Amino acid sequence: MIKVNGEMLEIAEGTTVAAFLKEHGYPDKMIAVECNGAIIPRSTWEEAILKDGDTVEVVRFVGGG
Amino acid sequence: MQNNDTWTLGGHTFTSRFILGSGKYNLNLIRAAVEDAGAEIITLALRRVNTRKEENILDYIPEGVTLLPNTSGARNAEEAVRLARLAREMGCGDFVKVEIMHDSKYLLPDNYETIKATEILAKEGFIVMPYMYPDLNAARDMVNAGAACIMPLASPIGSNKGLATKEFIQILIDEIDLPIIVDAGIGRPSQACEAMEMGAAAIMANTAIATAGDIPAMAGAFKNAIAAGRAAYLSGLGRVLHRGASASDPLTGFLHD
Repeated sequence: MIKVNGEMLEIAEGTTVAAFLKEHGYPDKMIAVECNGAIIPRSTWEEAILKDGDTVEVVRFVGGG
Repeated sequence: MQNNDTWTLGGHTFTSRFILGSGKYNLNLIRAAVEDAGAEIITLALRRVNTRKEENILDYIPEGVTLLPNTSGARNAEEAVRLARLAREMGCGDFVKVEIMHDSKYLLPDNYETIKATEILAKEGFIVMPYMYPDLNAARDMVNAGAACIMPLASPIGSNKGLATKEFIQILIDEIDLPIIVDAGIGRPSQACEAMEMGAAAIMANTAIATAGDIPAMAGAFKNAIAAGRAAYLSGLGRVLHRGASASDPLTGFLHD
């Protein structure tokens, strides 16, 4: 299980960040990903593997003041 | 007409002195608001992505506008730093408006945590724009911590109450050698104009526009008021007579002489 944006999810072993994002229908542009408090740079999404127990945040811009 | 009255922020030069917030709008009105405001800087917030189909606010912001992510939602320096780093990861530049609050009733910024976040982020190369309660000592600490400007509040966020902290903002304008951008609480064009007459470098507004009856028209009214206030400041305001009166007309040549 991993926790993504506060929600617990099952993932297959060896799932990369890129594969996870695609599988769950996240937009491919203008998002940023953090895993266990550290930013996962976009350039490493194809290699970075999500592990059981990871806490992931996927964020984007919204209107704000 | 060419406008030579520019100002700079972290090495970037701007002509418009109106920073527009993008919260609370119908997305379809944002583009018109930005255009009618003549804004060159727009603030944004960072939030979790909902994987359901969501509109991307960036599709509604005209090209060439500088994006200014804020750290809203941060309750301390650590959370603000985390949000700032995530925002920069989006690839939209190094600007960040540091906004730290843990009081949900009045939404007042925590100056102490803001100083700490400013120091960390400035060292990491961010152009740090700290939103703060107008206190000269805290502002000086923010300058020393590497802030690019100071953003004092006029009155509580979203209240549209105007320049409740006027005297203290004036002290910052007089004593701090960085652009002072009046942020939060400005509700009317006349209040924006007044802050500019005082010598503010720019005005940031969101709710005043977003809650107006005609959003693009109000954005335009603010633009004109800010320009008028700036021109008045540059012109040097006429003096105030504290007693009596002073005729504007000649005091000789009356018909009864």
